[in-house]
Amino acid sequence: MAEPAAGKVVMYCGICGLPTEYCEFSASRKKCEEWLRATHPAEHERLYGDQAIAEKLTMTTLSEDKEAREAAKMEKAEQKSEARMARDLEKKLAARVAIKRIERNKRKCVTAVFGLHVFGIDLKTTAKMMANHFACGGSVAKNPQGLDEIVVQGDFSEEIRDLICAKFPAVPKDNIDLVEEKAKKKAAPQ
Amino acid sequence: MFKKFNLQEAVSGKNPVKASSVRGIRAKLIEDYPAIEKHIDDILPKKAVLTQIKCRGRIVLYAVGDDILFFQHFDDPVTPTLHLLHRFPDILPQVQVDRGAIKFVLSGANIMCPGLTSPGARLPADNLPEGTVVAVMAEGKEHALAIGTTTMSTDQIKAVNKGNGIDLIQYLGDPLWKTQLD
Repeated sequence: MAEPAAGKVVMYCGICGLPTEYCEFSASRKKCEEWLRATHPAEHERLYGDQAIAEKLTMTTLSEDKEAREAAKMEKAEQKSEARMARDLEKKLAARVAIKRIERNKRKCVTAVFGLHVFGIDLKTTAKMMANHFACGGSVAKNPQGLDEIVVQGDFSEEIRDLICAKFPAVPKDNIDLVEEKAKKKAAPQ
Repeated sequence: MFKKFNLQEAVSGKNPVKASSVRGIRAKLIEDYPAIEKHIDDILPKKAVLTQIKCRGRIVLYAVGDDILFFQHFDDPVTPTLHLLHRFPDILPQVQVDRGAIKFVLSGANIMCPGLTSPGARLPADNLPEGTVVAVMAEGKEHALAIGTTTMSTDQIKAVNKGNGIDLIQYLGDPLWKTQLD
C-alpha cells in the first residue's frame, strides 16, 4: 500500500495482511512465518528467534495447561483453514468459464462471459478492459439466473478466449467453453 | 460494526468533499481527539482532496487518494481507521488487553472488563469517560489490535470488573481492514 511518507511505517504480512507480530494468531500462521523468513530475515529473527520465544514464555500471563489447550485449538483451526483452501482450489479447477454468443437479430450479436468471478477477477474492470480492447460496448449485467456476467457488444468469442488466457493465467484454458445461442422467437403477443 | 462489509456492494456514492466541509471535519477531529492536532497536517494536508464514500447502512468513509483514513456511522464521531492508527499510534488514548483476549478480539468480540484489568492488561492512569474512542493494544505487541468505544468510564471498569467494557468498532482482519480502494 502506498502510504505517504509521514508517520510510522508498520510492516504487514504478505500472506494474512496483519502486522507481522499478529501472524501467530492468524489461520495461515505457518505460511506467514515462511513468508517472513524469505522476505525479511531480520524481522523473522526478532519475532520467531529462540530469544523471542523464550521471552514470550516469561511474558505470558496464561497458565501452562491453558497455553497447551490454546495451542491445540489453534492447530485445529489451522487444519480447517488449510482444508478450506484446498477445497477452494479444487473448486477453481473445476469451475468453467462460459463464453456465450447471443444473437440479437439476424446479423448482430453480443458476447456474454460468465464464470470469471470464481477466479477472483473484478468483473467491472475486466468489462472495461474488454470494451477498450475491442473498441465496443462492454458492461456487467445480470443474467437470467440473477448472476453477474460480462456482456460485450459484438461477436468476439474467440478473441475473448485468447484475451482471458493472456491476461488471467489463473484461468485454465481447457475450462473455457464457447457456446452459441440463437435468438429465441418472440413470444406470441398476449 | 464492520463484521459484514463489502465495499463493492455497499458503495452508493463517491464524492470529493468541499474545502469548507473539510475545514469542519478537521476542526471536529481536533476537538474529538486533541492528540491528533500535531499530525493533522500530515493526515489531511491542506492541498489533498478528501473523498467521501457513502455506503449502505449509513456508513461514510473518508479517504485521501487510495487510503481510507476515517469512517463515520450515522452521527457518531468521525473515527480513524486502524491503518491510520498504526501510522500515528498516539492519536487515541490507549488501553491494553491481556494475551488471552487477543484471539477473541481478532474474531470481533467486544472486550470484557476482566481482560482489561488482569496483570497483562493496562488501563490509563487517569480516568477516561464513557464513550471514549480508544486504541486497543495487546500484551507484548507493539501495534494496535482494534479500535473501540468504552461503554463505561475506566474507573467504573476497574470497580465493576464484569461484563462488557469496550464495544469494538474495528479490529485487525475485519472486512474494513481488508478493504482497499483501487
